Amino acid sequence: MPTASAHPLLSVAALVAGYGRPVVGPVDFTLARGEVLGLAGPNGSGKSTLLSVLAGAGRRFAGSVDLAPGVEISWQTQRQPAVAGIPLNGRELLALTGASAAGLPPWLAARLEERLDRLSGGQLQFLHLWACLQAPADVILLDEPTNNLDPQGVAALGAAIAARAAAGAGIVLVSHDDDFVAAACQRVVRLPGGQRP
Amino acid sequence: MNLDLLSDPLFLWPCLTGLVFALLLPLCGAYLRLRGEWLAALSYAQMAAAGSLSAAALALPLVLGGPAAAFLAAAVKNAFEEAAEATRGAAYAMLLLAGWGTAVLLAANLPLAERLGHALFDGQLYFTDRSHFLAALGAFAVAVPLLRWLSRPLLLSHFYPDFYRARGRSSRRLHLAFDLVVAGVLALATTSVGVMAAFALVFIPPLAAAPWARSWRAALWLGALLGGLAHLLAFALALVLDQPFGPVLALLLVLLGAASALLARGFPRIAA
Repeated sequence: MPTASAHPLLSVAALVAGYGRPVVGPVDFTLARGEVLGLAGPNGSGKSTLLSVLAGAGRRFAGSVDLAPGVEISWQTQRQPAVAGIPLNGRELLALTGASAAGLPPWLAARLEERLDRLSGGQLQFLHLWACLQAPADVILLDEPTNNLDPQGVAALGAAIAARAAAGAGIVLVSHDDDFVAAACQRVVRLPGGQRP
Repeated sequence: MNLDLLSDPLFLWPCLTGLVFALLLPLCGAYLRLRGEWLAALSYAQMAAAGSLSAAALALPLVLGGPAAAFLAAAVKNAFEEAAEATRGAAYAMLLLAGWGTAVLLAANLPLAERLGHALFDGQLYFTDRSHFLAALGAFAVAVPLLRWLSRPLLLSHFYPDFYRARGRSSRRLHLAFDLVVAGVLALATTSVGVMAAFALVFIPPLAAAPWARSWRAALWLGALLGGLAHLLAFALALVLDQPFGPVLALLLVLLGAASALLARGFPRIAA
C-alpha cells in the first residue's frame, strides 16, 4: 500500500456544512493517498451532506475544504438513476465514467453485455458502485455503498475498496453499517447524532 | 400515381430529403427520450413552422425563419428551466402553444402563408427541392458528429449527475448545446417533411427500437434503420394511393410503435 503523502489530497478544517441551514460540523480531517476514511454516525447526523460539500455541491457555512492541485473527484450518491426501457448495457455504463471492467466479480463480469434493466437490484447497485469506484480519480466519495448489496456483494465491495486505495486513491466512505466501516476503513470520523437545533 | 414518378425530380428530391431526415431524427429522438423530453421535439417543430410562416410573411428566406425560431425556442426553454427548476417541462407546452397560435393566425390571414401552412402541417413536401436535399445533407454532416461528441456527456449526466457535477462540468451548457442541435435539425426537417412527420420520426423509431436493442449503439442504429424504412414505405404508399405524405408516415410509424410494444410484451425472450 502506498505510504501517506506529507501533502494530503483533501484537508477539511472547522467545516460547518448544510443546505438551507447548518446540518453538520464543525468537522476536521485530512485524507491521504491510499487511505480509506469512514464517516460514521446515526441517520440525520449529516454524513451525506458533508460528502456533498466535499464534492462542491452542498453549502459551506464556515471552515474550509482544500483539495490538492489537479485532484479529480469521483462521487457515488444514493440517487439511483432510472434504467427501465433504456437500452444501455453494463459495459457501456462503465465506459461513461472511464471505469475499467478488469477485476469485476465473476458473477457480474459475465453479465456486462446485458442491458441494465435486465440486471437485479443488487447487480445494478454494484455496477453503479464499480463505475464510480474505478473511474479515473484521486478522491473517491462513496455514500452508503452497501445499500441493496447481499453479503457476497458487500465482501466484493470491501475487496474493491481496498484494491483501489492500494492503487493510490483516497476514499471517503459514508455508511450507517458500523461493521462495514470498521472493516473497510483505516480511520473513522464519528459525527454526533441528530439534527442541529 | 405510380412509383415511376420517383424518377421525376419533383418527387425524387423530396424522397431523398425525407430519407436523410428519417435517418437523422431518430438519433436525436433517442437522446430526447433518454431525458424524457420528447415533447421538446413537437414544440421545436411547431416553433419552426411558425418561424417559416413568419419568414414567408416578411418575404425572408424560409430556410432562415424556421431554424431561427427553433433556436429561439431552445434558448427560451433553457432560460425558463434555469429560472424555474420546479416547473421543468412547462416551457415545452408554452412554446408548443405559442408556435401553433402564431402559425395558425399567419396561415389564416396571409394567402402565401396559408399555402405554406398546409404544406407544413399536412407534410405534402410541396416546397422540397434540391436545395432542401443539400441542406438536409449539411444538417446530417454537422449533427451526427455533434451528437457523437455529446453522447457520452449526455449519458453520463443522465446516469451520474452528481459525478458529472463533481468533475466541475456544467450540465446546463451541455443541455443547451444539445437543444440547439436538435432545434436546428428539427427546424430544417419541419420545413421539408412537415411538423407531425418530423415529430413522428423523432418519437417513434427510438421507442420501437428500444425493446430489441442490446446496447445504446445498437438502439441508435436500429432506430435510424426503422425511420429510414418507414419513410421509404410511407413515401411509396403516399404516391401509389395519392395521399398526403405526412399522415401516411405518422400512421405507419404508429403501427410500427404499437407492433413493437405488443411483440416485446408477447415475446419477452426474443426482446433484448
